[in-house]
Amino acid sequence: MIELVSKERCTNCNICVAVCPTNVFDAVPDAPPIIARQADCQTCFMCEAYCPVDALFVAPEADHPVVVDELALDEAALLGSYRNALGWSPHFRRHRGVDNSFRLNDH
Amino acid sequence: MTSKTSLGATRTAIGDAHHDVDVLVIGGGPAGTWAACTAAAGGASVVLADKGYCGSSGATAPSGTGVWYVSPDPAKRDAAMASREAMGGFLADRAWMKRVLDRTHDNIDLLAERGYPFPLDDQGVSRRDSLQGPEYMRLMRRRVKEAGARILDHSPALELLVDEDGAVAGAIGIRRQEGTRWSVHAKAVVLATGGCAFLSKALGTNVLTGDGYLMAAEAGADLSGMEFSNAFAISPIFSTVTKTRFYQWGTFFYEDGSIIPEATSRRRSIIAEALMKGPVFAQLDRADEKVQAIMRSSQPNFFLPFDRAGINPFAQRFPVTLRLEGTVRGTGGLRITDKSCATSVPGLYAAGDAATRELICGGFTGGGSHNAAWAMSSGYWAGEAAADYSRQLVQSSARRLRPAGGAALAGGRERAFDPDAVVKAVQDEVFPYAKNYFRSGDALTESLGKLDATWTKLRNADAASAEHVVRAREAAAMTATARWMYRSALTRTETRGMHKRSDHPSQESAQRHYLTVGGLDEVWVARRAAPALERKEVAA
Repeated sequence: MIELVSKERCTNCNICVAVCPTNVFDAVPDAPPIIARQADCQTCFMCEAYCPVDALFVAPEADHPVVVDELALDEAALLGSYRNALGWSPHFRRHRGVDNSFRLNDH
Repeated sequence: MTSKTSLGATRTAIGDAHHDVDVLVIGGGPAGTWAACTAAAGGASVVLADKGYCGSSGATAPSGTGVWYVSPDPAKRDAAMASREAMGGFLADRAWMKRVLDRTHDNIDLLAERGYPFPLDDQGVSRRDSLQGPEYMRLMRRRVKEAGARILDHSPALELLVDEDGAVAGAIGIRRQEGTRWSVHAKAVVLATGGCAFLSKALGTNVLTGDGYLMAAEAGADLSGMEFSNAFAISPIFSTVTKTRFYQWGTFFYEDGSIIPEATSRRRSIIAEALMKGPVFAQLDRADEKVQAIMRSSQPNFFLPFDRAGINPFAQRFPVTLRLEGTVRGTGGLRITDKSCATSVPGLYAAGDAATRELICGGFTGGGSHNAAWAMSSGYWAGEAAADYSRQLVQSSARRLRPAGGAALAGGRERAFDPDAVVKAVQDEVFPYAKNYFRSGDALTESLGKLDATWTKLRNADAASAEHVVRAREAAAMTATARWMYRSALTRTETRGMHKRSDHPSQESAQRHYLTVGGLDEVWVARRAAPALERKEVAA
């Protein structure tokens, strides 16, 4: 489930509030959004994919909250790792459109 | 049973956001976005309302999916059609398969023209039989906007509007981030609300609670193939990521480390049996380094849970489970009455998982490729037909509309029900493998007794409060869906496609027919003839 909105990274753009399909976040004036309904998070990682500054972290555990440490996530290069893998972040554009599924079919 | 008086006045009043259009599309996944694009291209004014966010909502957006994209070479097309006929219990219809293959081919080529980044293989050929969900749905959102359709995000529909003749003429719902209501008067409505996965958290499916089935049934529509509704997918036990295909390279183990004989991603029933006795572990130990690298670059989301939990799935065993995907990967849904994807109610069309996929899959879907092909084809046709219908409709300005919804909307005598308790009660009947994976007459009858009682209770309950109404409608839709599933499953006294009856383990030629199901307070089932076979039926 969603566990982190980094106050350090967040620019209050509220894109996550808009794109979360299960409406987990609430916007707050002049502040980062809050995780208002964590239990509704379906652990789909879409908010991370759309966050332009890698301020979000979705833990893989779907059924219960876990404690995360922003520094450790940062050091492990996990913040933004999904966006990078999709090729949606500026430095990883080369990953975009690299879908090797056909190689599994051909294999 | 219930009166329409308590909320009637406010429900028919014009909401905080009102739109008068030709076509309303409910649902913004692949089917809904294709429908909106074609309807708008046909000259219709279009509103698309999504429960979440069109672009991230639904089972496709967070996933990767194969696509049934087959070259027009007749031999290849024939092989593609034949490949799953036995698995589907010989209920697929070749005429529908042919037109879906044609439509999908054209639609995918159109996506390539519009900038979808299909990969090139080593021969420089563009490979178009796979779509990355985030990329695909981001493009589809853009296409919907470019086509001139208006998108209402975070706008779950609550109920359909019907005219004096019973034709569907719009819908009303909630703008959940504003706390206001919306209403759309439309000449035609496309339901693209997806299937029902019962809030199992299978990847991306928690917005898919059967809402469209309930709304359509309240307007008089019926469904088909609802016995084919027990698809389960493999995921790590802690995670939502269901990508059964990759487990093709896996081995499955009991807790003591011994191998579960014959358990494979294709023989999930053996995994289900093992899970009924204790924990099951998997390791993708049969993927060599080359396959591992391909997997990682073809399906990045698959590795998120492993990388984040510090598990190497190729070298370590991890606990797995089977998550219910219901009719999202099952093939049941609203019955389609003609090639335009019309339902049995005038003005109402259905597409994607909201519609039955039996026409191309019969009683079983393997991978996602048919599902993606069906969504984009049925969406295309439903949008086109809805636009045509709206043009032909002589609109009387005095058309009086009434809301068709019942459960959780129309006030009953008893106290409003607790949506979470109803959700739990339904899940208790549909999640257990002993009840739903391996079905039997006795267990189905017992579950139906409980589900019918739950339905009666929620029909007699007062209308839900504004705060709870969306979840209450989801709970009602899940209850109705479970009852259609199990009533159909009880009627089909054989094993066919994904529908497994432990008390009737063989496939019976005499039951090669479709089952129509419908009704709310009283559920009914009827048989329809299946299309003639081009080759002889043999057991899968």
